Amino acid sequence: MKMKRFVAMALSCVLAAGLLAGCGDKKEGNQGSADGAVTIKIGGIGPLTGDLAQYGTATNWGAKVAVEEINALNGPIKLDFRFEDDTGSVDTAVSAYNSLKDWAKNSPLVIYGCTTTDPCVAVSSETYADRYFQLTPSASSPDVTTGKNNVFQMCFTDPGQGVAAAEYVKNTGIAAKVGVIYNNGSAYSTGMAEAFIAKAKELGLEVVATQTYPSDDTTDYNVQVNACKDAGAELVFLPIYYTPASLIMTQAKQSGYDPIFFGGDGMDGMLAVEGFDAGSVEGLLLMTPYNVGDPSTRNTTFVDSYKKLSGGIEPNQFAADGYDCMYAIYEACCKLDGIADMDSAALCDALSALFTGGEFKVDGLTGSGMSWLTTGEVSKSPMVVKVQNGSYVDP
Amino acid sequence: MSLLNNLIIGVSLGSIYAIIALGYTMVYGIAKMLNFAHGDVIMVGAFVSFFAAGSFGLPPVVGLLLAMAVCTLLGITIERLAYKPLRQAPSLAVLITAIGVSYLLQNGAQILWGAATKTFTPILEGQLSLAGGQITVTYVAILAVVCCLVVMVCLTLFTGKTKLGKAMRACSEDKGAAQLMGINVDSTISMTFAIGSALAALAGVLMCSAYPVLSPTTGALSGIRAFTAAVFGGIGSIPGAFLGGILLGIIETFAKAYISTSLSDAVVFGVLIVVLLVKPAGLLGKYVPEKV
Amino acid sequence: MKKLGTQKRTSLNGLINYAIVIGAYVLLRVLMGAGLLSNSLQSVLVPACCYMVMAVSLNLVVGISGELSLGHAGFMSLGAFSGIVAAVALQNLVPFAPLRLAAAMVIGALFGALGGFVVGVPVLRLRGDYLAIVTLAFGQIIQNIIMVLYVGVDAKGIHVTTDSARLVLAEGGTAIVKGPMGAVGAPKLATFTAGAALLLVTLFVAQNLVNSRSGRAILALRDNRIAAESVGIPAGKYKLMAFVTSAALAGAAGALFGLNYSSTVASKFNFNTSILVLVFVVLGGLGNIRGSMVAAALLYVLPELLRGFNIAEYRMLVYAVILILVMLFTNNPTLQGFFGGVRERLFQKAPEGTVKGGGANE
Repeated sequence: MKMKRFVAMALSCVLAAGLLAGCGDKKEGNQGSADGAVTIKIGGIGPLTGDLAQYGTATNWGAKVAVEEINALNGPIKLDFRFEDDTGSVDTAVSAYNSLKDWAKNSPLVIYGCTTTDPCVAVSSETYADRYFQLTPSASSPDVTTGKNNVFQMCFTDPGQGVAAAEYVKNTGIAAKVGVIYNNGSAYSTGMAEAFIAKAKELGLEVVATQTYPSDDTTDYNVQVNACKDAGAELVFLPIYYTPASLIMTQAKQSGYDPIFFGGDGMDGMLAVEGFDAGSVEGLLLMTPYNVGDPSTRNTTFVDSYKKLSGGIEPNQFAADGYDCMYAIYEACCKLDGIADMDSAALCDALSALFTGGEFKVDGLTGSGMSWLTTGEVSKSPMVVKVQNGSYVDP
Repeated sequence: MSLLNNLIIGVSLGSIYAIIALGYTMVYGIAKMLNFAHGDVIMVGAFVSFFAAGSFGLPPVVGLLLAMAVCTLLGITIERLAYKPLRQAPSLAVLITAIGVSYLLQNGAQILWGAATKTFTPILEGQLSLAGGQITVTYVAILAVVCCLVVMVCLTLFTGKTKLGKAMRACSEDKGAAQLMGINVDSTISMTFAIGSALAALAGVLMCSAYPVLSPTTGALSGIRAFTAAVFGGIGSIPGAFLGGILLGIIETFAKAYISTSLSDAVVFGVLIVVLLVKPAGLLGKYVPEKV
Repeated sequence: MKKLGTQKRTSLNGLINYAIVIGAYVLLRVLMGAGLLSNSLQSVLVPACCYMVMAVSLNLVVGISGELSLGHAGFMSLGAFSGIVAAVALQNLVPFAPLRLAAAMVIGALFGALGGFVVGVPVLRLRGDYLAIVTLAFGQIIQNIIMVLYVGVDAKGIHVTTDSARLVLAEGGTAIVKGPMGAVGAPKLATFTAGAALLLVTLFVAQNLVNSRSGRAILALRDNRIAAESVGIPAGKYKLMAFVTSAALAGAAGALFGLNYSSTVASKFNFNTSILVLVFVVLGGLGNIRGSMVAAALLYVLPELLRGFNIAEYRMLVYAVILILVMLFTNNPTLQGFFGGVRERLFQKAPEGTVKGGGANE
C-alpha cells in the first residue's frame, strides 16, 4: 500500500518539479523594444483539446495569422500572443486565465477569448473584477457582456441572429410555414432558436414544428426530420453547428424531404470539411459574416497564411473573427495616447472607452466599419448567403 | 405509417449500437474487463477506412479490410502493453488503465488527424423506398442488420465449436483451471482482443457510413451507448448484445417521437434501470448465484 | 485498507489527515501572503478542495463499501445547482456571505443526500458492473433533467419550470438557472478557507463513519457479504448509509464548486467528471482516505502545471500517458517487487501487503 503511494507520488512529483523548473522562463520587458514600439500581451483562451477543440484551434490560428501580419508592419504597437487551452470547461478556463496573468506579470495584458460561451461568462466576470480588457471572437451569448463594461464581442449575439433570420424569412417571403430543429443542450442554439421562434410568431410566420435534441453528439435525427416533414414545414431553421446540420440534411434527403434549410453562423465552415460532398447541401441558406471565397487581397492572403499554419485546413468564421479581433485591438491601441505608460487596468479603461465612444470603427474580414454598442455587442450587418456549386453566392 | 417508420429508424439506429455492443460483450465475456477504449478503437478504424478511401482511393471493401487489420494490431498492442501487465491487478486498476488508453487514443488522433470533423464517405449509399416513398430504409441499415446477424452467428459458432473458442470460454470460466488444462491464457486473451478490435473496425465503418461524420471523439459517446446496450442485453451474452442494441435503438427513437426529444436520454436510461431492477443480469444474461 | 490493528493507530491516522490539511492550508496562506503563489495556482485551490472532497466521498462508496459508482458527478451537479439557487434566493435574507455559503453547502448536501437516497434504494440491490452501469445512467438522467430546467426566484418564492416561456417572474426577480445556459451570474462566494473547512468536515464524517460500528459493518459487507449477512448485518441498510453519506458530501462539494464560478452548466458534471474522480480514488488507493486526498490534489493540479511546457495540444496526451504509467507501476507485480525491494533496502522495513481490490472485481 505505502509502496504504491510512494511510487505514484514520486512519479508525479518528479514531473511536477520538472515542470515548475521549466516554467520559470524569462520574458523580456514589455515596453521599449529597439525600434521604440510598445508591446501589448494578448492572452487567448479556448479549447485546444476535447470535443470543442476544432473551434478553439480555429480562433487560435486565425489570431496568430493576424499577429504575424501586425508585427511585420513595424508599427507603433507590437503584439505578444499566447493561447491557453481551456478544454471547453469553466474551471479550466478560469485557471487558464490566471496562468495568462502570471505570464504577463506586470506587462499590459488584453484577454482574447474565450471561444465558447460558458467559459467566457465565467472568465468575463473575473476580468471585470480584475480590470482586463476582453474581446471574444465567438462567445455569442448576451450573458457574456451583460453588466460588464470591459467585455466586447466580435460575433453576433445569438438572439440577434435569431431575430435577423426571422426577419429575413418574412421579408423575402420564401416560406410561410417554418420548422425549427435545435440543440437544447447548447446555449448558442437555444438562444438563437428561442429568439427566432418569438420573432417569427410576432411577424405572422407559422411555426409548425419545434424539435430539439440534447447534444451535438447525437447522430440520429430522423424523428425530428420526420416531425418537420409531417407538419409540412417549407423551411427548416437550423440554429446549430455544421456537424449535426449535415447529418440532418442527409437524413432529410434519405426520407425524401426537401425543404429550404436555413442556418446561422455555426454552419460556416461546412464546405471546408474534409470529404464533404457540397452537392448534399445545395441551396442551403446561411447567415455568416465571413466568406472564405471572398476574392479581396486581404482575404486571399489570410487564407494562404492560415492554411500554412493549419496544414491545409481552410479558415472559417471562427478564424476570421479571431483575425479581426487582433486588428481591432491593434488599431484601438494605436489610437491611444500614452499607451507606453499604461498598465492593464488603465489600458482596459482606455480601450473600453474607445470601443464604446462611437467613433471607433474597424474594417475586417467579417465586416467593414464594425463598431461596438455600449452593451459590448458588435454592430455589423449579417449577410445571408446561399450555397451553390460548393461556394457562397448572394441568394 | 409513422409508427412503422419510427420502428425502422429505431432498428437502423439499434443495429449500429448492436454491432458495437457485440465487440464490447466479446471482450467482457472472456477477459472480464470493461474495455472503455473500445469506442476509441472504433474511431481509429473509421479513420483508417476514411483515409484509405479518401487519400489513397482504395475501394471501400479494401478500406474496411485494412481498417480491420490495423485495429487488430492496435488491439493486440494495447492488450500487450497496457492490460497484460495488470492480469493479477484488481479490476478497477484495469478499468482506469483502459480509460487512460481511451484518452491516449482520442488525443493522439486529434494530434495526428486534427480536431475538425470530417465527412465520411459511406461504403454503401442509397435507400430502399417502400409504399410509394412513404417508408424508406437505407441500404447501410440493412447491411448493418445483416452484419450483426452474421457476426452473431459466427461468434456463437466460434466460441461453441472451435478449439480456440472453447479455450476462450474456459478462460472466461476460470483462468487458473484453464491454465492447468494446458490452455495458454495469455495468447487466448490476446486473441479475444484481436477479434474484438476487428469487430470494432467493422462497427466503426458501418457507424460512419450510417451517420457520416467523423472526429476524434466519435467513438467515445457511441461507446457508452453500446456499453449500455451490452449491459441491457446481459453483458457477456452474444445474442444479448444484439437484442440489447436493437431494443435500445427502438426505445430511444420512440422516446424521441412520442415522449420528448429533450428528455430522450433520461427515458432511455430510465428504461435501462427498470429492466435491470427486474432482471438484474440483463435480458439474456445468466444470473450466477454467489458461491459460499 | 490497513488491517484495523488497534483503535489507537486508526485514530492517529485520522489525526495525521487533519494535520496535513491544516498544515497545507497554513502553508499556502503564508505563501499567498508573501506573494509567492502564482495566480494560476491560487485559482485551482477551491476546485482542488472540491475534487478532494469528491474523491474522499467516492472512496466511501468504491473503497470502503466496495461498490463501483460511475455517476458521482451527478450528485455534485445536484449540489451545485441547488446550492446556487439557495445562495441567490437567500441574498436578502442572509447578507453575510460566509454564512450564506455555508447555508448553500448544507442545502447542496441535503439535495445530494436526497438524490443518493432515491438512487441508492433501488440500485444497491444490483452487483458489480451492473451497479456501475446504473449509476452511470443516473448521472446521465440527472444531467439531462437539469439541462431542461428553468429556475427563477422573485418575491413570491422559487419558480421551477421546463419551459423558458413559462418562467414568468415578478418585478425584481432573477432567473437563476436557464436550461442549457445553466446558472449564470451566481455570486462568487467560495473561498479557499471554506474549501479547507469543507475538507475537514468531510474527513471528520468519513473517518468517523469508517471507524464506527457501522463502518466495521460496511467493511465486513465489502470483504464478504454472505458471511456478514449471516451474522445478522443488514446489507441494504449499511450500503445505503455509505452511499447517502457519500452523495451528501458530493452535494456540498458541488455547491462550493458552483459558487466559485459565475457560470455553471449541467454538462460540466458529465461522465468524464465522474471518471476523473474515480481515477483519483483508484490512484490514491481503494479505501485509503489520505491517498484519495493527495491523489486528487496532485492530479487536479497536474494539467495546470503542464501548461508550463509549451505543449498546449499535447497536454492531455501527456496526462493519459502518465495515468497509464502510474497504473502499471503501482499494480504490476514485477515492477512492484522491484520497487518494494529498493524500499526495503532503503528503509529496512518490510513492505506491507498490497491492497485488496474492492467489490467491483467480484
